[in-house]
Amino acid sequence: MKRSDEPVYWLLFGAGGVVAAVLLPVLILITGILVPLGILNADTLSYEKMHALATSWLGAPILLAVIALPIYHAMHRVYHGLHDLGIHPTKFLHYLLYGFAFLVSVAALTLLIQIH
Amino acid sequence: MDISQSKRKPYVRQVKKSWWLRNSFYTGYMLREGTCLFVGAYTVILLCGLLRLSQGPEAFAGWLHALHSPLAILFHLVALVACLFHAKTWFSLAPKAVRLFKGAELMPEKPIIMAQYIGLAAVSVIVLLIAILA
Repeated sequence: MKRSDEPVYWLLFGAGGVVAAVLLPVLILITGILVPLGILNADTLSYEKMHALATSWLGAPILLAVIALPIYHAMHRVYHGLHDLGIHPTKFLHYLLYGFAFLVSVAALTLLIQIH
Repeated sequence: MDISQSKRKPYVRQVKKSWWLRNSFYTGYMLREGTCLFVGAYTVILLCGLLRLSQGPEAFAGWLHALHSPLAILFHLVALVACLFHAKTWFSLAPKAVRLFKGAELMPEKPIIMAQYIGLAAVSVIVLLIAILA
């Protein structure tokens, strides 16, 4: 029998859960609420600052983690949540949802490598 | 496990799609699971920002401008609430998922849960300070 690949997804799900719980609230607050409402200066998310963040050795892995891990977390929950709604797991659904998470992660990694 | 190889034909009891609305515990569970939609959507928004960032200052300004629409702000407000609700359930789940022992005694849940809230507060303050001061 083939070994289950579930532990890999569970690990990504768990790591994504931690990032979603600890880091995403403050990021959503800054990028989605405080800056758009003008409570924080628009300069907070200026091109220069964000570019410096995305090209730095510390910033790039953080950005990758903040995008790649929560998307695995979300797709894992959608996959199992659909089951709770009567849409039962199939190979197709598995490839579709985890494939999407994989695509988002690879896109983030590629962009971070490309950016100068 | 590959279920397509199995010859089993288990009986699956039919369940109404609204089963989780009849019991508040199950409703909370489904709401918690539902928060992942906002988490997923936000990562896609961040990815769009990264794509626009890689395309230059003008493209990135367009992404920033899009965040100013009332609909975007409303989405982020709901996403923030969803994320905090997810955090609350995640923190209370942690001591059940990872059982820590102190000697032969199981560590009490309360301090572990509190420590995580302190972690959330500390990380939030640090990120906010970096955003304001950097």
